[in-house]
Amino acid sequence: MVKAKEKRIITGKFTPGSGIKAALAGKPEEVVQEVIDSGLRGKGGAGFPAGLKWRFAANEKSDMKTIICNADEGEPGTFKDKYLLDNHPMKVLEGMAIAGYAIGADKGIIYLRGEYAYMLPSLEKNIEDIKKNVFSKLKVGKKKFEFDIKVRLGAGAYVCGEEFALIESLNGNRGEPRNKPPFPIQKGYLEKPTLVNNVETFATVSHIIEKGALWFGKFGTKSSKGTKLFSISGDVKYPGVYEFELGVKLRDVLELVGAENTKSVQVGGFSGINVTESSFDKTLAHGDLPAGGSIIVFNKDRDMLKVLKNILEFFEEESCGQCTPCREGAYQLLKGIKMIEKGEKSIRYYKDLCDLCATMKDSAKCGLGLSIPSPFLSITNNFKDEILYR
Amino acid sequence: MSDKVKVTIDGIEVNVPADFTVLQAAQLAGVDIPTLCYHPDLRNTGNCRVCIVEIEGLPLFQPSCAFNVWDGMKVMTNTPELRKARKMIVELIISRHNTECLNCDSNKNCELQDLADKLNIQDVRFEIEPDFDHPIDNSLIVQRDPSKCVNCGRCIRMCNEIQTVNALDWAGRGYEKMAMTTMEVPLAETACISCGQCINVCPVGALVERDDTEIAWKYIEDPEIHTVVQTAPAIRAGIGEACGLEEGYLSAPKMFAAIKKLGFDKAMDTNFTADLTILEEGTEFLTRVTHAVKEGKEGIAFPMLTSCSPGWINFIETYYPDFLDNLSTCKSPQQMFGALAKTYYAEKAGIDPSKIRVISIMPCTAKKFECDRPEMNSSGYKDVDIVLTTREFAKMIKTANIDFDKLEEIKPDDPMGVSTGAADIFANTGGVMEAALRTVWEIITGDALTLELTPVRGLTGIKEAEVTIEKAAEGYEWLKGVTVKVAVVNSTGNARKLFDAIRAGEKSYHFVEVMCCPGGCIGGGGQAKPTSWEIKAKRAAAIYKEDENRELRKSHESPAVAQIYEEFLTKPNSHKAHELLHTHYKSKAHLIK
Ligand SMILES: Cc1cc2nc3c(=O)[nH]c(=O)nc-3n(C[C@H](O)[C@H](O)[C@H](O)COP(=O)(O)O)c2cc1C
Ligand code: SF4
Ligand code: SF4
Ligand code: SF4
Ligand code: SF4
Ligand code: FES
Repeated sequence: MVKAKEKRIITGKFTPGSGIKAALAGKPEEVVQEVIDSGLRGKGGAGFPAGLKWRFAANEKSDMKTIICNADEGEPGTFKDKYLLDNHPMKVLEGMAIAGYAIGADKGIIYLRGEYAYMLPSLEKNIEDIKKNVFSKLKVGKKKFEFDIKVRLGAGAYVCGEEFALIESLNGNRGEPRNKPPFPIQKGYLEKPTLVNNVETFATVSHIIEKGALWFGKFGTKSSKGTKLFSISGDVKYPGVYEFELGVKLRDVLELVGAENTKSVQVGGFSGINVTESSFDKTLAHGDLPAGGSIIVFNKDRDMLKVLKNILEFFEEESCGQCTPCREGAYQLLKGIKMIEKGEKSIRYYKDLCDLCATMKDSAKCGLGLSIPSPFLSITNNFKDEILYR
Repeated sequence: MSDKVKVTIDGIEVNVPADFTVLQAAQLAGVDIPTLCYHPDLRNTGNCRVCIVEIEGLPLFQPSCAFNVWDGMKVMTNTPELRKARKMIVELIISRHNTECLNCDSNKNCELQDLADKLNIQDVRFEIEPDFDHPIDNSLIVQRDPSKCVNCGRCIRMCNEIQTVNALDWAGRGYEKMAMTTMEVPLAETACISCGQCINVCPVGALVERDDTEIAWKYIEDPEIHTVVQTAPAIRAGIGEACGLEEGYLSAPKMFAAIKKLGFDKAMDTNFTADLTILEEGTEFLTRVTHAVKEGKEGIAFPMLTSCSPGWINFIETYYPDFLDNLSTCKSPQQMFGALAKTYYAEKAGIDPSKIRVISIMPCTAKKFECDRPEMNSSGYKDVDIVLTTREFAKMIKTANIDFDKLEEIKPDDPMGVSTGAADIFANTGGVMEAALRTVWEIITGDALTLELTPVRGLTGIKEAEVTIEKAAEGYEWLKGVTVKVAVVNSTGNARKLFDAIRAGEKSYHFVEVMCCPGGCIGGGGQAKPTSWEIKAKRAAAIYKEDENRELRKSHESPAVAQIYEEFLTKPNSHKAHELLHTHYKSKAHLIK
């Protein structure tokens, strides 16, 4: 299913045990340093430097720490974590164990999207296997290496992929984001330090620790090292999961997946931005186009107002409803677009909606509300005539 | 003590404890950041985003109520972007609000009005769409109007986290997310104890108590009806504040004058039956102790629990029915008063009890529930006809063109008006315990108790005290060497903690005072809004001052109490006293099934 362009890391070959063995050969601090040196960024969307997060987590003093693998994968058009768990589960499990060793946690939880429940038996078997065949044979100094992993099923809401909403749902509360700080690494699962990383982040770590930061640094750009999985969907001939080196040109990607008559591309999923032809020569990398896991392609037959409406409907429904800018803002943006569609509102009202976006992107409580303005502003900007003057 | 850090707010430097929020630091700096979902007595969730500020170095606005300071932090509260964002947020809130201030209970005492005023909102850019789908719920004492709810969640945090009743909860998600009752059933079908604490923290008029002022006016206007008013101990430290005077404003004499001026026939005092309660409850306690210690009887329920807080009665019936035998059988002072007004007073004054209406002025919404209980009719009539909260009383005073501050000072009416300082302190958490000990101690030791019983004073949630009886009065020698253990709790959340510990056998006491509301009746659900611990402390201090200034400070010294035993009840816990002043409660555990 995966078509990689030349270079593979995440979807490449891996000898089970090689990552964790390499990790245990060094001190935990050295593992953290290796991840920092690799320049790896989190693959869950925000792109936060993984090593830095690990160092913060390692520095927390606590009688209990937890590693959480975020496998909630709720972003529409994204199925790369599903691919990894189906095809390379051992890398993910090993990555979690490496993280556990690095920050001082002996337990991990995989928060699995409800729709992926079918994986439960195989995942649990894989966990049994890795514990029996790999972990139990390893030692830290004189002590046996121990790392336990449990799988918990998600609550079925998109927002539960947000790290704090995820943790709250594991804590038995309503799955809703919290104010930060304190961050999960300070007060997370059961109010104890908790490291949350994406499935792909853990899978990548296994390779980095096996082969070293130097090797990893050869891939990607200066500020976006390595490769990344992309779920590509929409009006393309060959939809699917692809591994690309970071810094790849969007135009090359489109060509490879067989996109024709492309009108615009939603980069980074619904919460990302919409780009048109003039931006196709930009690269997927930190500081350029958002290297989130989802790319949705729209061809010339698409009505962009309908596309936008569809996106806003998603957000209005998936907002947890806690904070005013997102709860009310998503509703007003959707309603505004519907009124514009019916010709009930003028361009002046559109300006009010832009002011609303300005407030939302600075004041909402979590990434969901903060990012709703991105698709709204980029799509309406790209398609002023089509949407506003129809 | 936490360390101090330096924070700059709009250029003003302040040194604050390291665990302060930005909002607290701003308050100290004299910068008035607007808020809505914030309440000083609750856990703050940072949800409405009205209190956003800009913090140097951070890319996003942060909610000052839920964001902690750090050393060297620089905060801006009044940039053009913030003004715009804040206005937008408040407009969004108003777009869901049923703005009908002129006929709203909260008119002129409303945080949303204040916000709109402060931000100079002249126009709302969005269509106004209040929630009219969910009907007004007036199934119980606390009434909810979803069309006015601003979804701040303060009521839910109060009900679930402080009171631990869980009658309120969030429903829905996204735009549909609303503060509701648990499972969205009418409040009467939840475990709601009618404490009214949710009303106290509601920033707007979405939660109010059932208004009974119209009935009160009708009683006043009816020439056939003889109206007898009783005022709870906490009203004397609450009504001035509710009439716009300073917090902790204290005046019993003006309170009585206001009642007369409104046109009620008699202004008497629940304080009278508070003293009587001490005699009845004290005697009951001594009887239990005699049975248990002197006679060695098995199965005497300890600790004995106070029963004068009707919200607490609702709570124990629902959540701790296994402790119902521990409850003192005494009715609350308000119900004792009602029963006696329609018997003792009616007889004495030669008035047909069917023509008497007893109106209670209470700091408490649960008292409205209590007076409607079917068993509260031992006089042969409904013992207490209606209950008005402090807020409703203040509204009547306002309507009648009365300037509370300028009222003359008068004494309450006989024969149920005279009281002691022990009755005053019923208003504060620990007050009933202290009043009881003043009397019981004197009976069993023959010595007067030091009057300021500090271990049971103060607004702490759970207080404990123990004292060993070194010297016993004649007839009580068998008590010598016995250590009496007591506890005092306020808020049902703290009661839950204590009773879980007692259930688990971790704690044991002889006597426990429970008041349903945080801080006791001075923090009652019917008191002036806004309410906070800071304000409650002022009310409590006023009450202790009232007690100190009294000549008589022990219930058994009340001449009115002596008189009623002599003329009517014969002695504490007599057959007649039992008929009129005592009762039993039944389990309501089905409400949480
Ligand atoms: C609304 C929302 C949904 C999210 N969903 C996911 C998700 O499904 N999977 C994921 O890994 N991260 C998701 N995130 C990001 C997480 O909050 C978190 O940043 C991430 O799991 C950290 O992992 P990383 O550092 O490895 O990227 C979501 C964030 C938001 C705001
Ligand atoms: S931004 Fe949206 S999803 Fe996030 S906390 Fe606010 S309402 Fe919930
Ligand atoms: S709640 Fe406040 S703003 Fe709303 S109608 Fe009442 S007084 Fe007006
Ligand atoms: S009155 Fe008390 S118990 Fe009832 S909903 Fe309000 S806070 Fe909860
Ligand atoms: S009822 Fe009042 S306190 Fe409760 S959420 Fe609504 S506005 Fe806030
Ligand atoms: S007052 Fe701070 S977020 Fe509501």
